Amino acid sequence: MCRLVAITSNEYFSPIENILALETMKEGHDGSGLGLTLKDLGGEFEELKGSPILSGICTNKKGVQILNEFMHKAGFTLKDIWTPKIKPLKHIMRREYYFARIYDYPESYKDKSMHEKEDLLMNIRLALRKIGEPDGSIFVFSFYPDVITLKEVGDPLQVGEFFGLDKNTIKAKIIFAQGRQNTNYAIYLYACHPFFIQGYCSMTNGENTAFVPIREFLMSRGFPGYVGYNSDSEVFTHILHYTIRHLGLPLTYYKDVITPLKDSELEMREDRKALKFLRHSLRPLCIDGPNVVIGFTPEGLCFMVHDSKKLRPGVVGGVKGKYVLVSEECGLDRTIPERNRSEDIFPMKYDMVIVTPQAEEVRVWNQLQGM
Amino acid sequence: MEPATRNVDYLINVQRLDHNYQLSLKEFPYIIRWRENRCKRCGSCTAVCPVKAIEPTVKIQRIVQSEGALPTPVAVRKIVHVVEQVTEMDRYCTGCGACTLVCPNEAIEPEYNPQNKFLHHKNKGGEGYKRGGRRNDPSISTLDRLKFTRISMLTDPALDAGRHEFHMRTLLGRIMPPEDLPLKKDNGKLVVDTMSDRFVPPVREIFPIMIGSMSIGALSPPMWEGLAMGVAYLNEVEGLPVVMCTGEGGVPSRLLKSKYLKYFIIQIASGYFGWDEIIHTLPYMKEDPAGIEIKYGQGAKPGDGGLLMAQKVLKLIASIRGVPRFVDLASPPTHQTKYSIEEAVAKMIQSMSMAWGFRVPVYPKISGTKTARAVLNNLARNPYAAALSIDGEDGGTGAAYNVSMDKMGHPIASNIRECYLDLVKQGKQNELPLIAAGGIAKKGNLAANTAALIMLGASAVSIGKYMMQATADCFGDEYNRCNLCNTGRCPRGITTQDPKLYRRLDSDKVAERVVEVFKATNIELKKIFAPMGRSTELPIGMSDGLSIDDKAMAERLEISYAC
Repeated sequence: MCRLVAITSNEYFSPIENILALETMKEGHDGSGLGLTLKDLGGEFEELKGSPILSGICTNKKGVQILNEFMHKAGFTLKDIWTPKIKPLKHIMRREYYFARIYDYPESYKDKSMHEKEDLLMNIRLALRKIGEPDGSIFVFSFYPDVITLKEVGDPLQVGEFFGLDKNTIKAKIIFAQGRQNTNYAIYLYACHPFFIQGYCSMTNGENTAFVPIREFLMSRGFPGYVGYNSDSEVFTHILHYTIRHLGLPLTYYKDVITPLKDSELEMREDRKALKFLRHSLRPLCIDGPNVVIGFTPEGLCFMVHDSKKLRPGVVGGVKGKYVLVSEECGLDRTIPERNRSEDIFPMKYDMVIVTPQAEEVRVWNQLQGM
Repeated sequence: MEPATRNVDYLINVQRLDHNYQLSLKEFPYIIRWRENRCKRCGSCTAVCPVKAIEPTVKIQRIVQSEGALPTPVAVRKIVHVVEQVTEMDRYCTGCGACTLVCPNEAIEPEYNPQNKFLHHKNKGGEGYKRGGRRNDPSISTLDRLKFTRISMLTDPALDAGRHEFHMRTLLGRIMPPEDLPLKKDNGKLVVDTMSDRFVPPVREIFPIMIGSMSIGALSPPMWEGLAMGVAYLNEVEGLPVVMCTGEGGVPSRLLKSKYLKYFIIQIASGYFGWDEIIHTLPYMKEDPAGIEIKYGQGAKPGDGGLLMAQKVLKLIASIRGVPRFVDLASPPTHQTKYSIEEAVAKMIQSMSMAWGFRVPVYPKISGTKTARAVLNNLARNPYAAALSIDGEDGGTGAAYNVSMDKMGHPIASNIRECYLDLVKQGKQNELPLIAAGGIAKKGNLAANTAALIMLGASAVSIGKYMMQATADCFGDEYNRCNLCNTGRCPRGITTQDPKLYRRLDSDKVAERVVEVFKATNIELKKIFAPMGRSTELPIGMSDGLSIDDKAMAERLEISYAC
C-alpha cells in the first residue's frame, strides 16, 4: 500500500517536507518510486503564474531533440527551463534530462479561454506521450500553468536527494507526494501517482477492484484525456475531472459519484432526487476500494475521501495556514508536531475533508447530511 | 420365454415369429429395470406412467424345479405376472422415474441407454419430434467453465460477505446519460429541474435474477401461482425485489387489479393472448407492472412461434387468454402486423409505453443470434427502449420441435459479451441494460452463472427451467428425461392443465422453494463478489475478474486464459 503526504499552506515550502514525512512511514513503501506534484509555485515561478509548464523526462538525447522540434512546431515558445540539480546516487538510475519547461502559448491561443487553452495543453501532452512511449524516450506528466510534476523510481528520500530538493531549490504552496509500494507488476513511471489532468490531481493508496468497468466507461466518453491507466488509480483523477469539469458538479458530488448512498441512506439529503439520478447514470464509476483519495482542484481546494467502507487509513491535521492530508498519522507528526492533536480529523466513510486554498479553513462535509 | 399377451402388435407379429418389424428396447432412450423378486404387483407404476410405457402383463414361464429331499428336477410351466416395457415409439419411456417414486419396494427404475436410436424413429406419421424442456446437451456449458480468478489478496483486502453491506440490485429501464439528466444547480446543490421538458425514462431497481417468461397455460395453475406467491413474499417480506415475467398468456384479472402487479413484467408476444383483458383492465390497475417484455424470439426455438397444445387449453386458460377451449393456440414466429425493425421495435415499444403513460420500462426479448448486435444498435438509438433481453440456445420451452431446441440458436456467453462490448464502443454500456437468459444454472450453479454473465456485461439474468427444477422438482434434464411439457401430461403437475395431475403440486410449497432459492442465491452472489472486492454496485463488465480454461474461448470473450 502506498504512502501519501499532501501539504497545503499559505506560505511556500519545500517538497522535502513531504519527503521527510514519507520517510516516517517507510515501512509502507518499498522504494519503488516517488511522485511529486507541486502547485502554486514560489520563487522564480511566481512571475510566471500564467505560463504553462511542461513537466517530464527525456531518457536520451533523441527524446530531447524530438521534444524541442515538436514544441516548436506546435507554436509554443520556450520562456524558461527549470531542471533539478541532479546529485548522482548509487541506487537511482539517472536519465538524460529532467525538465520543467515554461512556455508561452502559441500566438493563436493567447486570447482564447482557459477552457480552450487547457484542451490544447492536454492534447500536446498526450501527443508527446504517444511519441515517446513506444521507445521510452519521453515521459510527460503534466502541462499546465503553475504546476510541476517530478517522478522517479527509487526510495523517496534518495530520490529527493537525487533531485537536490534538500537544497530548497523549489517551493510551492500545495505539494502532493506519494511513496510507492508497487503493486502493478512492473515499475513504470506512468503508473506513478499523483496523476494530473487539466488542473485536477489526485493520489490514492490501495487497489481499485472496479477498475475495468470504470476504465471502459471513461474511455468511451469520447474525451481524449481519458487514456493511460497504467495504474488502476489513475481513474480516480479522471472521475474527479469528469465530475467537476465535464459535468459541472460541485466538488462534494465527487464523493456521491464514487461512493453513492443507498436508498436507505438518502433520507437526510435535500438533493436525494438528484442523487438517485446520478447514482443510476454514473453507476459504472462507483468504487469499492480499498482507497483513500487525496486530491486538489484547479482552484486549490484539497480534499480527502474514503471508499464506502473506509478500508484505508487517512488523517488531516495542522494549524491555520498549513494543513497536511496524509495516509498515516506519523507523517503528520513529522510535518506539524506543534499542532493540537486533538483536532486531527480522521474522516469516516461518509466524510469528505476539504481544505480551502491558502490552508485557510478545514471543513468536514458529511455525505449523509449533505453538509 | 414368450409373451402370453403381447401388445397391440401381437396380432400382426404372430405371423412373423422373427418380430422383424418391432423395435428392440436397445433403440429406446430409457430402459426399464424391473426386479421381479421385489415387485408385489401393486400396479402403482403402470398406473402412474404418463406415457403408458410400461404395462402389466402375463407370461408363461418354463421353470425347472426340485421339491423333494433328493434332486428331482422337473420342468413346469407357470403363469407369471410381470411388468413389461412396451416397444412402441409413441409410448417410449421418457425416463421420468415417476414409477420409481410410487414403487413401495424399489422394484423399478428407468436407466438411460446411451446407445439409443431414438431420433432415428421418433418421426412416425411424418411428424417431427416435438417436446418440451431444453437443448439435450449434457456437456459442460461455457458458463460453467468460467472461473472467478481475480481474488483480492493482501494488496486489497477481500470484503466480508457476512458483515459488509451489499447492494445486490440492478436497473431495469433506460438510463439517461449523465449529461442529459434534468438537473440544475441551486445554491451549490443539485435539484431536479421541474421545468425541463426532457423525457425521463422509467427505471426499476430490481434483484439481478428475474424469473423468465412462463405463461399461465404453459404452467399449471398451482405452479404459476406458487411462483407468483414466492415473488410477492420475496418483495413484501424479505425485501428482495425479484420480478417475474408472465409469459405470453395473459394475467389473471385479480392480479392485474392487485397491488402486486408491480412485481410482474407482462409479456406481449405475437399471439397477443390475454391482451384484450389486460387492456380492458388498464383503468382499474392500482399499480403499474414492473415492465413490459415484447417477445420477438425465444432461445429454445429461435425463429419459431409459440404453441399451446389444444389439450392444455382448458376453461381457465381459455378465459384468461380470451379464446375458445380445446384449440391449438399458435403464436406466429413473428409479429404478423409488423414488417420491419422500425415497426416491430420502435413503434411497438412506443405503443406499449404509451399505454402506461411512459411510466413502465418496455423492452424486447430476442433469441440469441449472430444478428443480436444489429438489433442492439437499433435499440441503442431508441431512447424509449428500456433494455434488451437475449435468450441463448440453452433456454427452455414448453413445446417445440426437437430440431429447433437441439440445433437452433446462439450460446448466450459470447452473444452477451459482444453486445456489451459494442455498447462500450458507443459509450452506452450503462444506458441500455442487457438481460441474459438461456441455460443459466443448467447444472445448478445459479449464482456462479449469474455472476459470470454480469461480469461479461449483463445487467440481469432471467431463469425459467431452473425454477421448475428447483421449486417443483421437474424431472427434465439434458438427457431428454421426461420433457413432456408439451403433452399436458406432466407427471409433476408443473406443465399440465389436468386437475388430476396438477393437484399433485402444492403452490405453497412451490412458493416456499422460490423464497429459499432467491435467499440462498443472494448469499452465494455475495460469496462470489466479496472475495473479488465488489459490493457497492454489481460488477457489470468486470471482465478482469473472469478466466476460462480454453484459449479460443478466452479470446472470443476477451477475458484471460487460466489453467
